Amino acid sequence: MSARNRELVNLVVVGALMTLGFASVYIALSEQVSTTSLSAAGFFFALYLIAHLVARSTVPHADPYLLPMTALLTAIGLTEIYRLDADDAFRQGIWVVVGVALFASTLIVLRHDFRRLEAYRYLFGIGAIVLLALPALPGIGATVNGATLWVRAGPIQFQPGEFAKLMLIVFLAGYLQEKREVLAQGRLKDFGPLLMIWGGAMLVLVQTNDLGSALLYFGIFLAMLYVATGRVLFAALGAALFIGGAVVVHQFVPRVQERVSTWLDPWADPEDDGYQIIQSLYSIANGAFGGTGLGRGTFYNTPGGGNEGEPLIPFAKTDFIYSALAQELGLIGVSALLLVYMLFVLRGMRIALLAGDGFSKLLAAGLTFGFALQTFIIVGGIVRLIPLTGITLPFVSYGGSSLLANFVLVAGLMLVSNRANARAA
Amino acid sequence: MNRQITRLAVVAIVLLTALIVATTYWQAWAAPSLAERQDNALQRVAEFRIKRGRILAADGRTVLASNVKRRSNGQTVYLRRYPTRGLFAHVVGYSTQVRSRAGLEQALNDFLTGANTNLDTVLDTTFDKLRGATIEGNDVVLTLRPRAQRVAYEAMVGQCGSVVALEPATGRVLVMASVPTYDPNLVERNYGAIARRGTPCRAGAPLVNRATQGLYAPGSTFKVVTAAAALDSGRFELDSTFNDPGYCIEYGDRVNNYDTTRPFGTVNFLQAMQYSINSVFCNVGIRMTALPIIEYMERFGFYGLPPLDTPDGERKASGLYEGGKLFRPKDPNQVDPGRLAFGQERLGVTPLQMAMVAAAIANSGAVMRPQLVQRVQAPDGKRITRLRPDELNRAVSRKTAEDVTRMMEAVVQNGTGTAAQLPGVSVAGKTGTAETGVAGRNNAWFLAFAPSDKPRIAIAVVVENTNGTGGQVAAPIAKRVLQALMPAASNSVPSG
Repeated sequence: MSARNRELVNLVVVGALMTLGFASVYIALSEQVSTTSLSAAGFFFALYLIAHLVARSTVPHADPYLLPMTALLTAIGLTEIYRLDADDAFRQGIWVVVGVALFASTLIVLRHDFRRLEAYRYLFGIGAIVLLALPALPGIGATVNGATLWVRAGPIQFQPGEFAKLMLIVFLAGYLQEKREVLAQGRLKDFGPLLMIWGGAMLVLVQTNDLGSALLYFGIFLAMLYVATGRVLFAALGAALFIGGAVVVHQFVPRVQERVSTWLDPWADPEDDGYQIIQSLYSIANGAFGGTGLGRGTFYNTPGGGNEGEPLIPFAKTDFIYSALAQELGLIGVSALLLVYMLFVLRGMRIALLAGDGFSKLLAAGLTFGFALQTFIIVGGIVRLIPLTGITLPFVSYGGSSLLANFVLVAGLMLVSNRANARAA
Repeated sequence: MNRQITRLAVVAIVLLTALIVATTYWQAWAAPSLAERQDNALQRVAEFRIKRGRILAADGRTVLASNVKRRSNGQTVYLRRYPTRGLFAHVVGYSTQVRSRAGLEQALNDFLTGANTNLDTVLDTTFDKLRGATIEGNDVVLTLRPRAQRVAYEAMVGQCGSVVALEPATGRVLVMASVPTYDPNLVERNYGAIARRGTPCRAGAPLVNRATQGLYAPGSTFKVVTAAAALDSGRFELDSTFNDPGYCIEYGDRVNNYDTTRPFGTVNFLQAMQYSINSVFCNVGIRMTALPIIEYMERFGFYGLPPLDTPDGERKASGLYEGGKLFRPKDPNQVDPGRLAFGQERLGVTPLQMAMVAAAIANSGAVMRPQLVQRVQAPDGKRITRLRPDELNRAVSRKTAEDVTRMMEAVVQNGTGTAAQLPGVSVAGKTGTAETGVAGRNNAWFLAFAPSDKPRIAIAVVVENTNGTGGQVAAPIAKRVLQALMPAASNSVPSG
């Protein structure tokens, strides 16, 4: 079976799962079966069919599992968001449409040779810095839940950091490919630009107040540096620098301090600082092994107490979507979800292995590791492996910027994959 | 670069595996302890999706707690309603979102939510969960008799205090009233209305279950314990003679009778009980010394939390109290034995404990575990548990119990407790009038059991802050409740 036919079969399976998921939420919430859930699932399937057809014509040899896994993750996200708030699910659905369009345009624009991006690497580097700096600008920058990650222009607000991440990866892939041989020799003067990147990450940390974003950017950088040079020492030194820098920042930024102490003992201040993480843990615990079932979890106060409808878990559909899923799907369900992320990462790394040139390898490895690290940082914060930070769970959390950026990420991986497989065929 | 990419893939997979491990920790290992945390509002709200079991009175028909169905955010929730309002409030308690739970609603939560571990029911509830069906809890049938409970509240109208009636042979709690009461339907939405309600008594909190938490000076009802100890120790008999000059000398000072103007002169032990003569009991106490009396108190259940189905925090132990704390003397010099013997030392006793004393005498000296739950039954009617009488301890010998019964019969036939006489039924009783420290204000007590030859009901009544005596105020209340509980005499009781 050809790669694209395999992709189509997998998409049909995902479409069926999506239909089941939507129907079960609908039945649980309304105690009746309706065609609404069927038409929503039908629309969703048609959308991915278009994505599939574009892929068929532009990247025929690309990995056949990435698109179905993307569809599965967005379907899980949409289902849970629909369960929490039907209006938001509609908005998220529109973002998925835009995301698929962006995915398709990326494929179409770069279908001949994506490697020409390498020539513009410094432009991407500057673009990443500009995007990262945007939220700090007065007038358009906005602080949500304590972290300055947003840009607001009229009715539209978005998180430029999500796109900065992609630009950073393109820049690093080009830059490291160019310099990797000199860097591998380990001469101090070649490390100037890299120290600048470290300084940039620290600035991001101070300016956004968000440990998670800084950790994500710097983690991607270290991983790509290691892949390019093969020197573990560099990655270790970099990690030490980051930790050292973070400790210094921790002394001076109260919000970072608060995050760390809340991580160590959320019950020290259960009403205020520890509130989010505690409620999230209660949600996870309530799911236990098998979960409550879709649509049967507890997220809002019920009548009787005079606070009907008030949410029990703050930010359930954005930062804490994993806690919501853990409650309704249980350990079995979220373990399966994390396995999907693992499969995605394995496919991405496989693409990096098969790619024929350094730029493509670095690009695919960077994109894939960024995807894995982002998942680790948000879910790790929720399950208290690391301090909690407000970044999104790729493809699942509510939010347009993250969704769009990740669609571009998938398109990038499929472009690299298509070229590698075409060469082999 | 492929070697590095492979290693990076391993790192990424290790990171994601760590997430599965950590999630497993929270969902499998830590979940039960998180579910039990008091601040876990989510868990509490989640339990409102369970159709909680009903709580029923002993007749199996009177509903004390039931549910109303509501839809909220597309989900069915069951809110608690208490149709009998204040009548059983302290025993049944409440189950709310904002104020958690109290009473049997708290103590029997596992039964009421169907979470009790029993192979049959666990399978059923698991299947229900998988089907997404509403989980139904188990119904709890109590031992409380609704008609007598209502009579007790009617008899106490305008007063503060408590009535506890037990079945001596089984320990069944037939009546448990605490006045003032509150409407448990108000707890969720209008808690302030309960707390604001003014009451005529000093400790006005209506949420306190006076039957198990109220600590009162027992006054002369304690003479039942002293007499039981004195007779059981073999040092005194019913016809032991005493001289009453109207007072007793202790530590060189006079300790006066209730009424010093009319000394009884030469009396026997039975008459001393019949007329509640303090000086006689004072001398008995001095000769017994304090520690042996305290040992008998322990045999009756004092100094331990009385076992009952309500939460531990809603019960108090009876005994000597010092500085608000239970005080168990190890040295006889720490206690005044004469005053202890007629109930005037620093004693704090609950109505439940005094009812247990009366019930033990009625039950030939054996103390039975007081129990509120007659049976628990599954929604399909299948019985899960039922009450089994449980002897806690033997307080005194059968002979002693019979002798104390003679004394208490005399109290009602021709002594201080004649107001509790019932037509055609012989009643054994003991009055008590404990000074509150305010002149003319007493806590009035009455202990009784009936029929005295074949006891079926034991009762303790306390009325706070009254200007009457136990015989005047508490004995008539005991009489009305006894009548309501006796099938033969039921016709003469006004129904409510």
